[in-house]
Amino acid sequence: MNIATSTEVICFAVLATVVVIGGLGVILLDNIVYSAFLLGGVFLAVAGLYLLLNASFVAAAQVLVYVGAVNVLILFAIMLVNKKEDLKPIKSLRTRKILSAGVCAGLLGLLIRVNLTTPWSLPGPNGIGEQATIRIGEHLFTDYLLPFELASVLLLMAMIGAIVLARRDVLVSDVGTGKSVNQSLIEKTQPPLLIDKSSK
Amino acid sequence: MVIITGTTPQAMTSQGIDLELGFSQVVQGLGIRPDIAHLLWLPLPMLLVLVAALIGVLVTVWLERKVSAAAQQRIGPEYAGALGVLQPLADGLKLLVKEDVIPKRADGLLFTLGPVLVLIPVILSWLIIPFGQNLLISNVGIGIFLWIALSSIQPIGLLMSGYASNNKYSLLGGLRAAAQSISYEIPLALAVLAVVMMSNSLSTVDIVQQQNGFGLLSWNVWRQPIGFLIFWICALAECERLPFDLPEAEEELVAGYQTEYAGMKFALFYLGSYINLVLSSLLVSVLYLGGWGFPIPVEWLAGWLNQSVDTPLVQVITGSVGIVMTVMKTYLLVFLAILLRWTTPRVRIDQLLDLGWKFLLPISLANLLITASLKLAFPLAFGG
Repeated sequence: MNIATSTEVICFAVLATVVVIGGLGVILLDNIVYSAFLLGGVFLAVAGLYLLLNASFVAAAQVLVYVGAVNVLILFAIMLVNKKEDLKPIKSLRTRKILSAGVCAGLLGLLIRVNLTTPWSLPGPNGIGEQATIRIGEHLFTDYLLPFELASVLLLMAMIGAIVLARRDVLVSDVGTGKSVNQSLIEKTQPPLLIDKSSK
Repeated sequence: MVIITGTTPQAMTSQGIDLELGFSQVVQGLGIRPDIAHLLWLPLPMLLVLVAALIGVLVTVWLERKVSAAAQQRIGPEYAGALGVLQPLADGLKLLVKEDVIPKRADGLLFTLGPVLVLIPVILSWLIIPFGQNLLISNVGIGIFLWIALSSIQPIGLLMSGYASNNKYSLLGGLRAAAQSISYEIPLALAVLAVVMMSNSLSTVDIVQQQNGFGLLSWNVWRQPIGFLIFWICALAECERLPFDLPEAEEELVAGYQTEYAGMKFALFYLGSYINLVLSSLLVSVLYLGGWGFPIPVEWLAGWLNQSVDTPLVQVITGSVGIVMTVMKTYLLVFLAILLRWTTPRVRIDQLLDLGWKFLLPISLANLLITASLKLAFPLAFGG
């Protein structure tokens, strides 16, 4: 074993450990902020795995999208919602935990079975290295054009939905039917902080 | 300064001085295996670039003090060394020996990890900065995209330190920093995309080479004036420099996410922000001002003097001119940023977000569209 392969093996071991332990930490830790930060670490380690597979563009995209956007958004949401609320105790928590553990174990078993029974071609196809960026672009605009465009439509829908939810000046009644519109999801203006208490 | 030969063999298209080859031959002469010699070589360029980044920061801090003094008709640091050039070193030493305080109610682990997470991506981004044809650590194919991806990690560090400080000013500062850097990343990436489209490559070396055909006239700033402005504004916002230094707006937030920090942890933030400023200026010079290119192409000059570009002397001169040009353009931009800091007032948070989302984003999209159509219409001038 020369230096290059042994470095690769060590890197893989470290990254895999980080992914597994970090993933466990994300679901097992009590502090939700810790979970969110650990999730970022897991995403970074996955990007490292992509890098080991010579997929540098995918790795950078992983960092940009998952760490830079998804994880930051999760953290944002956690830090903006700082309501101290006593949650109601959930009934039959124990059976729920056992059930979900069963489902997860079943999924893991299935994945391991697929992994063991699939005839993997070893060694795999040669990496194309720096050409990968061009190849991904070609695929996105030829045979994967429809999913790519559909994803953009989905994002547009989400964006319009977010704008509607964030806007405060919405119509009270439907223009066509004249019925009042359900506004339970729409953000209301905050009541003024300094209410004149003397009038009560 | 830095002289590093590209570690990728395909970068050596022309025969010239290969520092790595020379180094490994010397080391192998001492009876060391080739792969070990390669391992010994690897940290050297990285160390050199790290040292260069740190020296760049020291110079920038000194410049900041001197220029701000001049803007306010003061003298500025004067006694520490000639013209006060040792003042930044004294600052660094002071921070080094200062007591490292962790507030009692703060979250110690995240409090320590935050500044580190802010600094590391910035330093990693120096990987792709070319100081010359072969003078960079690694000519990675995804080049400039790597920088965009890495700079998106920084907000996590800011949020982490803001949260861990357990202080409302810190939390607000951290949230502001993250919001700001997310919203300015999009126009920034779109501006970069227009440049990438013209040079048909993400690699920083290719981007500079595409600008060096006709010297000064072929710099991207003439073909991408709007993109240049967008990139510069967004880079200032990403560095949290005035007029966009809302995350640490003194009058509102004490010092934002840095409020609770002291000693070396504060120094990490300080270093990070200045390294980021120098890095952004370097990238502006690489993307828009022709990088290492001399206003008149060096190949032409060599041709007029009847010298081959491959002779060692010409190579050394070309390399030095490249480094000097890169550093000169960079520090011109740093000077501009410092002048901006000491002459413009700060924008409000709503103005900042309005500028980012309602002005820069549509304009950068339009810029991208225009660049694409110009590229189709005039493939000769816009890199078909």
